[in-house]
Amino acid sequence: MQRSFFMRNPSVLIFIGLLALFTLLVTVFSEAFGVGVISTSLVKTLGKTLCLCLIAIAMDLVWGYCGILSLGHFAFFGLGGYMIGMWLMYERTKAIVVSSLAEAPLPPTADEIRDGIGTQIFGVVGGAEIPPIWFFADSLFAQLVLVVTIPGLLALIFGWLAFRSRVTGVYLSILTQAMTLALALYLFQNDSGLRGNNGLSGLQNLPGLDDVPQATISIWFLWASAFALGLGYLVAAWVVGGKFGSVVRGIRDDEARVRFLGYHVESYKLVVFTLTAIIAAIAGALYYPQAGIINPAEIAPIASIYLAVWVAIGGRGRLYGAVIGAAFVSLVSTWFTGGQAPDIPLGFYTIQWVDWWLVLLGLSFVLVTLLAPQGIGGLFDLFTNRKTPERGGADLGPDAGSLQEKEAEQ
Amino acid sequence: MSTLLEVSGISVTFDGFRAINNLSFQIGSAEMRAIIGPNGAGKTTFMDIVTGKTRPDEGRVIWGEKSVNLLKMSESQIARAGVGRKFQRPTVFEDQTVLENLIMALKNRRRPFSVLGYRRSAEDVGRVEVLAEEIGLKAELPRKAGELAHGQKQWLEIGMLLAQEPRLLLVDEPAAGMSPMEREQTTAILVEAAKTRAVVVVEHDMEFVRRLNCKVTVLHEGSVLAEGSLDHVTANQEVIDVYLGR
Ligand SMILES: Nc1ncnc2c1ncn2[C@@H]1O[C@H](COP(=O)(O)OP(=O)(O)OP(=O)(O)O)[C@@H](O)[C@H]1O
Ligand SMILES: [Mg+2]
Repeated sequence: MQRSFFMRNPSVLIFIGLLALFTLLVTVFSEAFGVGVISTSLVKTLGKTLCLCLIAIAMDLVWGYCGILSLGHFAFFGLGGYMIGMWLMYERTKAIVVSSLAEAPLPPTADEIRDGIGTQIFGVVGGAEIPPIWFFADSLFAQLVLVVTIPGLLALIFGWLAFRSRVTGVYLSILTQAMTLALALYLFQNDSGLRGNNGLSGLQNLPGLDDVPQATISIWFLWASAFALGLGYLVAAWVVGGKFGSVVRGIRDDEARVRFLGYHVESYKLVVFTLTAIIAAIAGALYYPQAGIINPAEIAPIASIYLAVWVAIGGRGRLYGAVIGAAFVSLVSTWFTGGQAPDIPLGFYTIQWVDWWLVLLGLSFVLVTLLAPQGIGGLFDLFTNRKTPERGGADLGPDAGSLQEKEAEQ
Repeated sequence: MSTLLEVSGISVTFDGFRAINNLSFQIGSAEMRAIIGPNGAGKTTFMDIVTGKTRPDEGRVIWGEKSVNLLKMSESQIARAGVGRKFQRPTVFEDQTVLENLIMALKNRRRPFSVLGYRRSAEDVGRVEVLAEEIGLKAELPRKAGELAHGQKQWLEIGMLLAQEPRLLLVDEPAAGMSPMEREQTTAILVEAAKTRAVVVVEHDMEFVRRLNCKVTVLHEGSVLAEGSLDHVTANQEVIDVYLGR
């Protein structure tokens, strides 16, 4: 007795259509497959932006729909990156070690190769042993499984502890910040087994594909990122579209009432938190091969706060809002911090955007939260309302507690 | 008639203030009961205890044929066991449509993964439409609950309560903000519901209580002051002193 999924969610088809068009255009204009108007580095930036849009969808699910202001989702994003980075780095180093040992008179033993890899990878942190956590690093399949399971497990355990004791609101946000901070500090240590502050590097090179130019690889990753984003959007729309979404939005608006309807609120929060952690991890696993390097600074608490800012600016509680926010703010941010934005000479002082961009971002965030809590996505209501009046999505207003907290962090 | 809910000797203290004081209460499985009493008598707190929102310092709350201990259960477990509650202020999900509100309340499996795979069946929509007809909101099904008038929200909440198909309904001041006509309709619905289940109604309006035509429990300072027919309790001198006489 329900209209089809796409009939109820027209934005899904529109979104996937636009995403496909975008991917096609970038491919046609890229250096690898087309006329070469779009440089490889720009293709990578766009591909990375798609990954950021994907984690923004995760953030919107957990915050905009379920009301959990998680300020720790970049921890899952980073962990996803580390998991795939381990395989990329291990296999590539192995290829290098094998080819350098090939000139030796005797064929190298497995132990020699392992030692070589250990010295190559862990020399910078004063080690030569391959730590036990790299046990599966030679298997792409195993590391792909870990991309999903490690962040998923962390979210499950963290969420279980936090939700079970009914921590909510600002306290929960602070807990998530503590989690991501603790993880970052742990990874900064040299004996964490993940190369301390050096992080993992050379991730843009795919093992065994040395002959394929970066221009081509960047397009592959663009496709993969676009596919993941499209799929993520579809899954998210499906999750929030039905009765599950109803319950989750109910939890956001009045958690106690949902309990008295007989729903176990904590389980729902745990499902949403873990699911979004997994989406974030997949986004991270696609992002870092395009970035080429990952280090613990990526997991710093501020990254997760930016994520909340993107979603707030884009308009939380609607999936396309999150995507627009992430794409818009991160691209504009790249433009400003990349030194491309012209300085503004005021005579007595020159505004250099590299320094002042954060101030501008903070200001826009405050303004959006105060004046247009629907965010950029709210603009769409202006014309969709005329067509389907009953669809007017009245979002939740900004909650003052979270606002002040983020202002303080800025 | 078998006892559905048995509350015995419960007490609750908030910051040294005894809101409930050695209260005992029983209700059968198909019975209507009105609870009256002055402001702050502990009527809402009593409902909080039965629904698991507030834990009493002492006492027992026993439920059903199997005599399960409600005090050991979480709010959602108690609700699934068959206790439905209507709050003093209407609390519906304003950002969702009337239909979504009712579908959410409809008795069905409540686990996350069952809900994730849930599809609206013709049967469920039928049930919701019958309910919506009953509470006079059939035409409002696609509207957001937040757009409804205060009285309509009360109705929606009553509808959600019925959709849960509880064995015990706890109704806190249902008639507040309703017109005389609506009050009459509410009475009819509650009386109808009490034929097959237990209904506890908290109400200040004596006319309303009279129309319910049921046994009345008078609460005062956290314990039962009097119990019996409305005429019986209103003739009680203590009741007149603390409640009616003011
Ligand atoms: N969470 C709480 N913390 C402290 N005091 C409370 C709490 N809940 C209730 N009380 C106090 O307990 C007493 C009983 O309150 P309750 O809400 O049960 O009264 P009531 O009979 O429902 O009154 P009304 O007719 O006004 O709704 C009141 O004095 C109230 O102030
Ligand atoms: Mg009350």
